[in-house]
Amino acid sequence: MPLDFTVLRLIEVSRTFGRRRALNRVSLTLEAGTITALLGHNGAGKSTLLSIAATLLRPSGGDVRYDDLDAAAGGAALRGRIGLLGHDLYLYPELTAAENLRFFANVYALDRIEQRVGEALEAAGLTERRDDITAGFSRGMRQRLALERALIHQPRLVLLDEPFTGLDEASRGALRTRLRALRQSGAIVILTTHDRAAIADLIDSAVSLVDGRLAA
Amino acid sequence: MRGFFRAVWIVTRKDLLIETRTREIFFTTAFFALACVLVFAFGFVRDGRPVQDAAAGILWIAIAFSGTLALGRAFERERQGETLRALLISPIDRPALYVGKLLGILVLLAAVETLVVPLVALMFQAPLFDHAWLMLGLLAAGTLGFAAVGTLFAAMLVRARSRDVMLPVLLYPITVPVIIAGVRGTAALLLPEADEPMARAWLAMLVFFDVVFVTLALWTFEPVMTE
Repeated sequence: MPLDFTVLRLIEVSRTFGRRRALNRVSLTLEAGTITALLGHNGAGKSTLLSIAATLLRPSGGDVRYDDLDAAAGGAALRGRIGLLGHDLYLYPELTAAENLRFFANVYALDRIEQRVGEALEAAGLTERRDDITAGFSRGMRQRLALERALIHQPRLVLLDEPFTGLDEASRGALRTRLRALRQSGAIVILTTHDRAAIADLIDSAVSLVDGRLAA
Repeated sequence: MRGFFRAVWIVTRKDLLIETRTREIFFTTAFFALACVLVFAFGFVRDGRPVQDAAAGILWIAIAFSGTLALGRAFERERQGETLRALLISPIDRPALYVGKLLGILVLLAAVETLVVPLVALMFQAPLFDHAWLMLGLLAAGTLGFAAVGTLFAAMLVRARSRDVMLPVLLYPITVPVIIAGVRGTAALLLPEADEPMARAWLAMLVFFDVVFVTLALWTFEPVMTE
């Protein structure tokens, strides 16, 4: 039985970088089948919180629980249930769209790789460009490809940092549809954005961070 | 264990695919190594006669300098799109990621050495191929020791602002034993009467360093890559 979880709990999570406190005793509970928006100004701590949830950063204080597991106990199996789309897109510009997706599908040891790659390219609207080097793609095309890269292993926890950046209106609509499908499939979705209009009729809850603290 | 080697192969194959497509690291590293040998040849060859023992030192300096360049560039690629973060969040075992990156760098350095070794032999009239298997052993063990430490440090420094300066500053002092063993082992083979037992002793020392450095790197890679 592969590792799975349905609730993510952040309990009094703090994170400092040197003398700067990026997060200050943040507590959140997020359940499967929900979309939560993290709002806040630049430097408010949103990306730090996503990195901690993604197990890339250890909290300086507090605890993060995936059901009853912590990141250390969950290890590689837990990481295999998390999908992260960062502000940087985590794509190799020297590889084609299909090669990028194939590489990450292999990294996640998935089956039916070619089928999944084909489906992901279709979802990104890049089937025609599958064999083109991604360095030649526009920001919007790379953003769509990066989203499919983050979702190719059907993660339980989906962390999206500014997913609407660089997308045209049609792509934004497609992303909203994709996010609704993720909610339907039982994913825990956390996204950061400055674009409140894009998420107005999409999210189940929103939390604001101000100087690393949850705003009331 | 099969999953470990599969992950290693996935990472190495990706690096080699990118390199065969761009050839960026190979060309810059090979050019730098060859230029290094040529510059030293002007300084250490007088009237067609090389300074005694110069060839061994220059061979290993060229390998160390070009290796540092290759290490920096290999991880610069992972930094540009922050793809190292994507690999760190994946279920790949961190030691497998380390070994995968290390193998990619070793293949590159081996390719560079196939150019540098004949050039040193030619410019310094050094009989580097007279004891080919021992020489190959010294090169393989020395390159592994150097790259094992270098891969760990290059990964650690990937997000540091001063990584280009810090990499050689950290790497050279720690790999001094490897460079010394490589130079002394090679010099033993280049004597008028090659001292094979001495070369073997230095080779054994290099293998010892390899075991220590690779073990330490595998042990520390996971904690140092988790911030």
